[in-house]
Amino acid sequence: MSLLQANDIYGGYGGADILNGASVRVEDNEIVVIIGANGAGKSTLMKAVFGLLHVRSGQVLYRGEDITNRKPEQMVGRGIAYVPQEHNVFPSLTVEENLEMGAFAIKGDLRPRLEKVFSVFPRLRERRRQDAGLMSGGERQMVAMGRALMIDPKLLMLDEPTAGLSPRLIDDTFERIREIRSLGIGVLMVEQNAKQALGVADRGYVLATGANRFEDTGKNLLDNREVAEMFLGG
Amino acid sequence: MEISGIAAYLVSFFTFVGIYAILALGLNMQWGFTGQFNIGIAGFFAVGAYTSAILTTPESPWHVGGFQHPFLVGVVGAVIASALVGLLIGAITARLRTDYLAIATIGIAETLRLVIANEGWLTNGVRGMSNIDRPFSDFFQAIGLSSAMGSLIVVAAFLAGVYFLVERARQSPWGRVLRAIREDEPATAAAGKNIGRFRLEAFVVGSAIMGLGGALYAHYFGFLSPEAFLPLYGTFLVWVMLIAGGSGNNKGALLGAVVIWTIWSGSEFVMSAGLPEGYTGYAGPLRVILIGVLLQVILITRPEGILPEKAPRAIAKGRRG
Amino acid sequence: MTDVYILIELLQLSIYGIVLGSILTLGAIGVSMIFGILRFAHFAHGDLITVGAYVGMGFLMMTHAPVWTALPAGMIGAAIVAVLIDQTVYKRIRRTQPVILLISSFGIGLILRSLVQVIWGPNVYSFPGGIQRPWMVWELAIIPNHLWILLAAVVIVTALHLFLTRTRIGKAMRAMSDNMDLALVTGIPAERVIMITWLLGGALAAGAGVLLGMDSRLTPTMGWNILLPVFAAAIVGGIGRPYGAIAGGMLIGLAMEISTLFLEPSYKPAVAFLIMVAVLIVRPQGIFKGAW
Ligand SMILES: Nc1ncnc2c1ncn2[C@@H]1O[C@H](COP(=O)(O)OP(=O)(O)O)[C@@H](O)[C@H]1O
Ligand SMILES: [Mg+2]
Repeated sequence: MSLLQANDIYGGYGGADILNGASVRVEDNEIVVIIGANGAGKSTLMKAVFGLLHVRSGQVLYRGEDITNRKPEQMVGRGIAYVPQEHNVFPSLTVEENLEMGAFAIKGDLRPRLEKVFSVFPRLRERRRQDAGLMSGGERQMVAMGRALMIDPKLLMLDEPTAGLSPRLIDDTFERIREIRSLGIGVLMVEQNAKQALGVADRGYVLATGANRFEDTGKNLLDNREVAEMFLGG
Repeated sequence: MEISGIAAYLVSFFTFVGIYAILALGLNMQWGFTGQFNIGIAGFFAVGAYTSAILTTPESPWHVGGFQHPFLVGVVGAVIASALVGLLIGAITARLRTDYLAIATIGIAETLRLVIANEGWLTNGVRGMSNIDRPFSDFFQAIGLSSAMGSLIVVAAFLAGVYFLVERARQSPWGRVLRAIREDEPATAAAGKNIGRFRLEAFVVGSAIMGLGGALYAHYFGFLSPEAFLPLYGTFLVWVMLIAGGSGNNKGALLGAVVIWTIWSGSEFVMSAGLPEGYTGYAGPLRVILIGVLLQVILITRPEGILPEKAPRAIAKGRRG
Repeated sequence: MTDVYILIELLQLSIYGIVLGSILTLGAIGVSMIFGILRFAHFAHGDLITVGAYVGMGFLMMTHAPVWTALPAGMIGAAIVAVLIDQTVYKRIRRTQPVILLISSFGIGLILRSLVQVIWGPNVYSFPGGIQRPWMVWELAIIPNHLWILLAAVVIVTALHLFLTRTRIGKAMRAMSDNMDLALVTGIPAERVIMITWLLGGALAAGAGVLLGMDSRLTPTMGWNILLPVFAAAIVGGIGRPYGAIAGGMLIGLAMEISTLFLEPSYKPAVAFLIMVAVLIVRPQGIFKGAW
């Protein structure tokens, strides 16, 4: 049974549909990447899967269970964590408080979880008492991902985790994402840095006007001439 | 009550409905058309009332004045004065978010009330101003009508005039821009409209209309004191009228004035008849509770009012507004 | 000679200003928290202050307990009232525009004020204790109650600070105020946090009400009359930022009292209003930096 399966999703923000039958699938321990032009509906698809946007037609299955249009709270309760594209930290909370918010619903000692996050992002340990709002873009992205990891998710959804980062930080971020997968977490991410993202991905989807255009392993998509012309700079 | 008593009551009833309808139309210009949140209506109402009173009353040892200008001069003065106050407030708050405008308007209304109560030389303070003549009373007497009936006719005429003007304004290109701003400010700004100026214009026009309402009130009632401009009468009832009737819709504003004033003044009868001896002092607060609860019920069950602007429009756009 | 006199007068007024400021602070923190999380200016807050004062007084009348118990009693009472209002009314219109909540709260304020009149009548009440002999320190008159008021305000604000920084739900309140959408995504239970916000806002308002009642008297309009200064304190402090409200409250309280050197005391609310307008013009985000 797949970890996540979104089938034939239609939906939008109240007006016309933005998603026109998009589908994605994530297996355990898989990195799956969604690429596509600006405005293709990548972020919208993530929101629809996570229950932030009404799915008008179609189905979202998590380990076979129908979770279509469930509330985000219930998604989190099932082990799905989502990091939005923008404004993804609480600026006036410290790093540690941000992480603590990620595990709001979890009773008991958070320290083992914090340690786990700090082992993936050692920088956050140094900065734990700092306000997240005062940090650099790269550090904030770490806080955001760290926050999501606090629930020990089975599925981590990342919307453009490398946006606005320097090339060195981009490499580093993809490295972390691989590390996260090695913890037994499936990753579904939207990426603009298509070449590198497909390099780390097990499989990838190319979205256009809210529907699947291509779907293949990361390697095959990298080799696909049409995809290369559109997104990989020739 | 005798026939003449009932007739007199009806005259008074409809005069108040007319005055409140004018206030509600003024508020509709601000809130209904542009989404500007004025909860200091009482302040503009008071500026109009006192300006006209000071301009028209005879010499008095208690306050400035003695200008004895005719009624219409008082009205024009009231409209200008309240428009100027509106200009000042609007200019300060035009670029701020709604909540600040709301707080600023209530602040100006309360401050004006303090000025009225404390500056005796200007307004005779809490003792109030009297000897404010009813409009054209000599003329109406000559044709055999009471001055109260005359006031009703004058109020009705002004109401008709204001209604005609705001309806025209609503259908004009200017009015369409106002509604576009209310519905989607960024898009309207992107279309090259100067949002701040349109807003301010609507706010000033609305304030002027409220000032007119104040002047008519002063001349009908004949006596002014700071009590009349408590937020309950001056502001709250007008809001309930507009929301009950259907904001954005001038007919709704008229209907709301009739319905709410009927309930408000009707509740006075019911309470005085229904409350046991010794409890009549509770009538006032109980009536306020009645209207207050009514407002909440409308907001929860029918926020678009009795007469919606169009087909019931979805108010919810984004949760965070 | 006259210089010394003016100095004494100024110091004396500053003491009153600090006392008033601590009362305003309690109200302003609530307004600021509610604004931060629900994004609307709560116009019934003044009347919640009144309710708190009357509940505290009613508790004393029923139990003849020591005066200080009016404070916790009023705080509990107003906290419950605030939550009830939210659950019966605000909750149902929260999904529409925040401005609708504004007009609703204006109406709720009038309802509360009228209920106080119906339940307690139009009489003026005072907390027991009578007129207090001031202590003379140098040339300054210090009223014992003023010390208690200040102490109570400091204790309440400190407790709130600990709650906001040490408890998970307190941190969640700050998180929701920072970014409501992210809080939802994170799995923070919004409704529960909102309920806690009303509990705290109501309790703080009652704190202001009881302390205000101890400083003067209880009237059905006592809270409405300080609503404007409370808003001014919240805005000067940067609305949505409760810690700014402390500085805002002190500044407004001092300005209001010191203004009586040149102005009729009845203009005190107008002084608060003018400072607020000046701040709105110059720095719409408030004059004090920092978030929660
Ligand atoms: N909150 C919103 N309300 C209405 N339309 C939106 C909203 N967010 C995005 N859209 C529209 O949906 C389409 C897809 O956007 P999005 O999913 O963000 O694209 P991307 O693939 O770049 O992430 C765009 O046309 C965008 O204008
Ligand atoms: Mg996107």
